[in-house]
Amino acid sequence: MRIALAAAICILTGSAAAEDTSQPLPPRQISWPFSGPLGTYDRGTLQRGFQVYKEVCSACHSLNLVAFHDLAAPGGPGFTLAQAKAIAAGYKLPADPDDRGEIFDEHGNRLKRPGVLADHFPPPFANEQAARANNSGALPPDLSLIVKARVGGADYVYSILTGFGHKPPKGFAVLANKYYNPYFNGRNISMPPPLNKGSVSFADGTPATVGNEAKAVTTFLAWASEPNLEQRHRLGFQVMAFLVLLSGLLFLTYRKIWKDKH
Amino acid sequence: MTAAAKPEPTRRDFLYIATGAAATAGAVFAAWPFIDQMNPSSAVLAMASIEADLSAIQPGQQVIFKWRGHPLFVRRRTPKEIAEARAVQVSDLPDPLARNANLSDSAPATDAGRTIKPEWLVLVGVCTHLGCTPTVSTPGSPQGSFGGWLCHCHGSEYDTAGRIRKGPAPQNLAVPPYAFTGPTKIKVG
Amino acid sequence: MAGQSTYVPGTALTRWLDQRLPILRLVNDTVTTYPTPRNLNFWYVFGAILAFMLGVQIVTGIVLAMHYVPNADLAFGSVEGRIMREVNYGWLIRYTHANGASMFFLAVYIHMFRGLYYGSYKAPREVLWILGVFIYLLMMATAFFGYVLPWGQMSFWGATVITSLFSALDQIIPHLGSAITTWLWGDFAVGDATLNRFFSLHYLLPFAIAGVVMLHIWALHVPGNNNPLGIDPKGPQDMVPFHPYYTMKDAFYLALFVLFFAFFVFYAPNFFGNPDNYTQANPLVTPPDIVPEWYLLPYYAMLRSVPQKLLGVLVLLGAILTLLFIPWLDRSKTRSCRFRPVMKKLFWIFAVDCVLLGYAGAQSADAAWHLGGMDLPLVWLARLGTAYYFAFFWVLMPLVGKLERPKPVPESIAQSVLGKAGESK
Repeated sequence: MRIALAAAICILTGSAAAEDTSQPLPPRQISWPFSGPLGTYDRGTLQRGFQVYKEVCSACHSLNLVAFHDLAAPGGPGFTLAQAKAIAAGYKLPADPDDRGEIFDEHGNRLKRPGVLADHFPPPFANEQAARANNSGALPPDLSLIVKARVGGADYVYSILTGFGHKPPKGFAVLANKYYNPYFNGRNISMPPPLNKGSVSFADGTPATVGNEAKAVTTFLAWASEPNLEQRHRLGFQVMAFLVLLSGLLFLTYRKIWKDKH
Repeated sequence: MTAAAKPEPTRRDFLYIATGAAATAGAVFAAWPFIDQMNPSSAVLAMASIEADLSAIQPGQQVIFKWRGHPLFVRRRTPKEIAEARAVQVSDLPDPLARNANLSDSAPATDAGRTIKPEWLVLVGVCTHLGCTPTVSTPGSPQGSFGGWLCHCHGSEYDTAGRIRKGPAPQNLAVPPYAFTGPTKIKVG
Repeated sequence: MAGQSTYVPGTALTRWLDQRLPILRLVNDTVTTYPTPRNLNFWYVFGAILAFMLGVQIVTGIVLAMHYVPNADLAFGSVEGRIMREVNYGWLIRYTHANGASMFFLAVYIHMFRGLYYGSYKAPREVLWILGVFIYLLMMATAFFGYVLPWGQMSFWGATVITSLFSALDQIIPHLGSAITTWLWGDFAVGDATLNRFFSLHYLLPFAIAGVVMLHIWALHVPGNNNPLGIDPKGPQDMVPFHPYYTMKDAFYLALFVLFFAFFVFYAPNFFGNPDNYTQANPLVTPPDIVPEWYLLPYYAMLRSVPQKLLGVLVLLGAILTLLFIPWLDRSKTRSCRFRPVMKKLFWIFAVDCVLLGYAGAQSADAAWHLGGMDLPLVWLARLGTAYYFAFFWVLMPLVGKLERPKPVPESIAQSVLGKAGESK
């Protein structure tokens, strides 16, 4: 909000001073196919985005609220139930105690079982301490709601992902174990540049540029944040159309009744 | 409009009826989300089918899995138990129907109509009287006089094919929808 | 309730019931034959809209409580995971409930400003107005408890800030305020115990609101409706029966209101929300800007405009309690601002003042307007706004009531309505 305020004041007063590095840049404006009253997610983009999440982001970021069966739900990435099942089986989750009552095998490793449709995506780290220990003290946020949890939404997530590689302005101090990203609050971000050209290899032949990867995974995360968006848009149109009709009829009735009283 | 200031009953009535009908229809449609929200959620539905590994079950033993919140009986029957079940005439049974979700509703309650492979008897462990869980017979502790199950709530007795033989329960124990996905693997639901 | 009942039971069964429990008589006299001034304008439809919104919030709320888990570890997941993703239409019911709170407050503010403009709080309607203020207070409490339940960052820190208002009492009696906050929390900070009791109270209070609404309607039906002219009806020629005249008018505007409401639910469901509330509560990290929901912003601005803690809380409390005294602060014999040229201007300044206070409350504490190289800290805007808020009620209202020369009011409602109709033809 402070960001929006600063931006608004800059525009209002027309002040164009030297770049103020204490504030982040406003996110880049992208026209997303899922924004707007009739917006929908592109299935192909969602599937590519899932691939980027799985092969890149999920190394550090959890997706706790999303279940494997969601991948096959209407309005989602459009995987078949069999595909979703295969994806689930590719993940290993902590198993229930075995017949000996043990949850560790003879080597002291946690017993695992393959995931099923009812499971949620397992987190990459067992707990917050483990996550911080593996990320120079920073905590990678859960991504289930990230698009709704940040001012700027999908534009912000996309801007962060593509915002690496800028040269810091003169005199700006990039801290140890941090990276310069002008869209991030404070501009020192703990996340190393996650996406590179060719980070993934898309099966459908889409070139794996940083822009395409970022667009795909942002779309996937937008869906993860708002999985019922398509149903909401569709139902909203029907409800509003009905209410216009009902209002019209009620207006005529109201006028007819009041005709002799005005 | 102003020229026809005289009452026009038909047109006015039509307007009132149309408005009332639209409002009523709106209320009915608006009620649906409030009703549907009490149906099983997508998380519950995702748990509606389970896969069970039967390889560890010994002949004569019963193992209980949990399926859709209910006990699921899987009994590996001995040849003797199968023979006992096959010896019964369908006409002698209180419930002559198979109650097998994998067959038609009118299939008869022969022993073959109760199983996919005769060795494996897969049943929903809910007494068809009032929903208690029946207790299984073992060689050391017979339950009821038919070698199958006894429901302790109200004394219903089932045979080695899970068919009701005595007591207040009206139907045979239900056979859930299931299929073999391997020699000793089944998918239920 | 007002005047004599005109109910005549039509059948033997209704006659039998009427002699034992005259509930049909009550319904008939309240919403069917209830004589209503014929000149009520658009601004009078919000009473019906508010009754509808109370119903919407109670029904959607009961449904949400079927899936919600009031536990600090599970609450966030039960809302954002279960309700928003898994329950059939859970997202629709949750978005309706969350946006419904904003719609409810929007309608109640219009309703209150309408009452203020047309002098609906004046004799013989003082009790009606005071009951309305009680409903408003209960609504604020209910909304506050409800905002805590999703257990996001704003829920948690909003609860912390608002309950900490009580700690200002430490400045009167040492440890009293801290003892009260600890008692409210059931812990040494907002925590699981707090969430559980807030859930209980959030479920309880709407039924208390419904009870006071009954009294509010009862208190309305004794003197009958005020009207935009602010004059008492002289006879049947000034009145129409509530049904079908106002039922249909209210129904039409209600449909428009629901259309407006539906736009937010379906196409901008997070417009009134705060992105920080999509992050689970974390007692160790405060978000950079704590902002209450929009309907509490004017009070928040007043609170922050006072640099002394106890005084700030007293100003906040005073601003709300002032509303209870309005019937006696305004001494003018003329009810409607239509005939009060000075009061009318002051009223509109007051309305703008409330909007400006809301704006100031939404900005960060150190925000400022940059005007031609000069910095105008918004806290000064809030101070000015707060000063006018109190001056309007406690100084200007009594003074103007004495000094102002109102314009002549029409003889009767019928004369005014028919005369105006004649002019326009």
